Amino acid sequence: MRFWRLPLDAEHHSIPRGEVHIIDNRCKGCGFCVEFCPNGCLRESKRFNVKGYHPPEMVYGAEEDCGDCGLCSLICPEFAIYTQLKEAKKITEDDIQKVTTRYSRKDRRYAKKR
Amino acid sequence: MKVRYRALHPFDKEAEERHIQEDHGLHPYDEYLKPGRIPHIWCPGCGLGIVVTAFIEAMKQKNVPVAQSAVVSGIGCTGRVAGYLDMDTYHTTHGRAIPFATGLALVRQDLIVTVFSGDGDLFAIGGNHLIHAARRNVNLKVICVNNFNYGMTGGQVAPTTPIDARTSTTPFGNAEPSFNLPHLAHAAGAVYVARWTTYHARQLVHSISQAFDKKGFTFVEVVAPCPTGFGRPNKLGSGLDEMRHYREVCEVRNGADPSEVEIRLREKIIVGTFVDVERPDFMEHYQSLVVARAQAKAKSKGKGKAA
Ligand SMILES: Cc1ncc(C[n+]2csc(CCOP(=O)(O)OP(=O)(O)O)c2C)c(N)n1
Ligand code: SF4
Ligand SMILES: [Mg+2]
Repeated sequence: MRFWRLPLDAEHHSIPRGEVHIIDNRCKGCGFCVEFCPNGCLRESKRFNVKGYHPPEMVYGAEEDCGDCGLCSLICPEFAIYTQLKEAKKITEDDIQKVTTRYSRKDRRYAKKR
Repeated sequence: MKVRYRALHPFDKEAEERHIQEDHGLHPYDEYLKPGRIPHIWCPGCGLGIVVTAFIEAMKQKNVPVAQSAVVSGIGCTGRVAGYLDMDTYHTTHGRAIPFATGLALVRQDLIVTVFSGDGDLFAIGGNHLIHAARRNVNLKVICVNNFNYGMTGGQVAPTTPIDARTSTTPFGNAEPSFNLPHLAHAAGAVYVARWTTYHARQLVHSISQAFDKKGFTFVEVVAPCPTGFGRPNKLGSGLDEMRHYREVCEVRNGADPSEVEIRLREKIIVGTFVDVERPDFMEHYQSLVVARAQAKAKSKGKGKAA
């Protein structure tokens, strides 16, 4: 779906951009953050940590997608991941289109798994 | 056979401390955790860490100072929470978290006393303490992590194990009906009763912070995955599979009748805030009925002597 114009109150809102910090060596590989990130920003990496688990990493190209919702830090049982607000971005027409693509990528990811 | 001894090195305390310092403070929640205790002992996929995070997050949201918070827990995997939180914590004997916490809550009324313990600890060996603390409406915030078994001792059957579920002591399936914890807490007199799963992390944070605001006995049940003790014998898969299961089967029904929220194996789990009522707490009754009368009596006696 394409939006044909910016919302009228776009100036009064901003898009939070988060930065994900992963403490590799605390991870026990439960996969909660990978599964439940609402924007599908994370995936299991190929590398090992000192315990022999695969810590999560950002999906290639998803650095812009983290909205600093903080669900990963809340749902991580190991205190191994957290987010920080990087910037509060002004809304532009591009962003409005991107929201739809972001969700469609997540849907594709689901479609593949099932 | 020749036994070779390893050369003994004196324990390098400084290096150990340096290591702890380096590792501590990497995460924003670390300020609520005792230095050097993370990683914790809980299994990969265990939900206990999420409950601790939710508790810390609720403290942050409500601006509860660390100096004003006390956590009491019993024995079990859940009981170890007391060892990880960096505040006044009390790791008591099995089942006796509530008696210790009751004493603390009555003597130090400025503290927010949280009881953080497992289903076996609170409802098996400590069942009587819980119902009487709820009846008296002692000002306690109880968080009960329900993993349907005795996790720490090897997955034995607990009073919360659903009927027909397999555990290490019920290999053919549990023949006993289980407790419905919210119903029990409500019937015993708790003023706030809620149930969430670890999948509902945000709602759990909200419920715990609501409980902080309430005066009296509050009870929050958290259904948590235990892949080691309960998941394996019942073929529920990993912790992640159990979380996915919660996502699929849970139904949020705030204000539901607690008598209708029983949990059965692999069936719908009803979550939500079930009870939120007001009732004078123990101290209020005690002040008005006992302390006030005793003071009045002492006064009249004193007068008599003076005259
Ligand atoms: C008096 C006494 N009896 C028995 C035990 C053994 N024991 C240790 S932990 C535990 C069960 C704990 O179950 P629960 O409270 O559900 O905690 P979980 O490990 O499941 O989190 C038992 C029976 C004990 N430590 N002390
Ligand atoms: S035995 Fe169960 S409750 Fe205990 S740490 Fe492991 S998964 Fe968690
Ligand atoms: Mg248990």
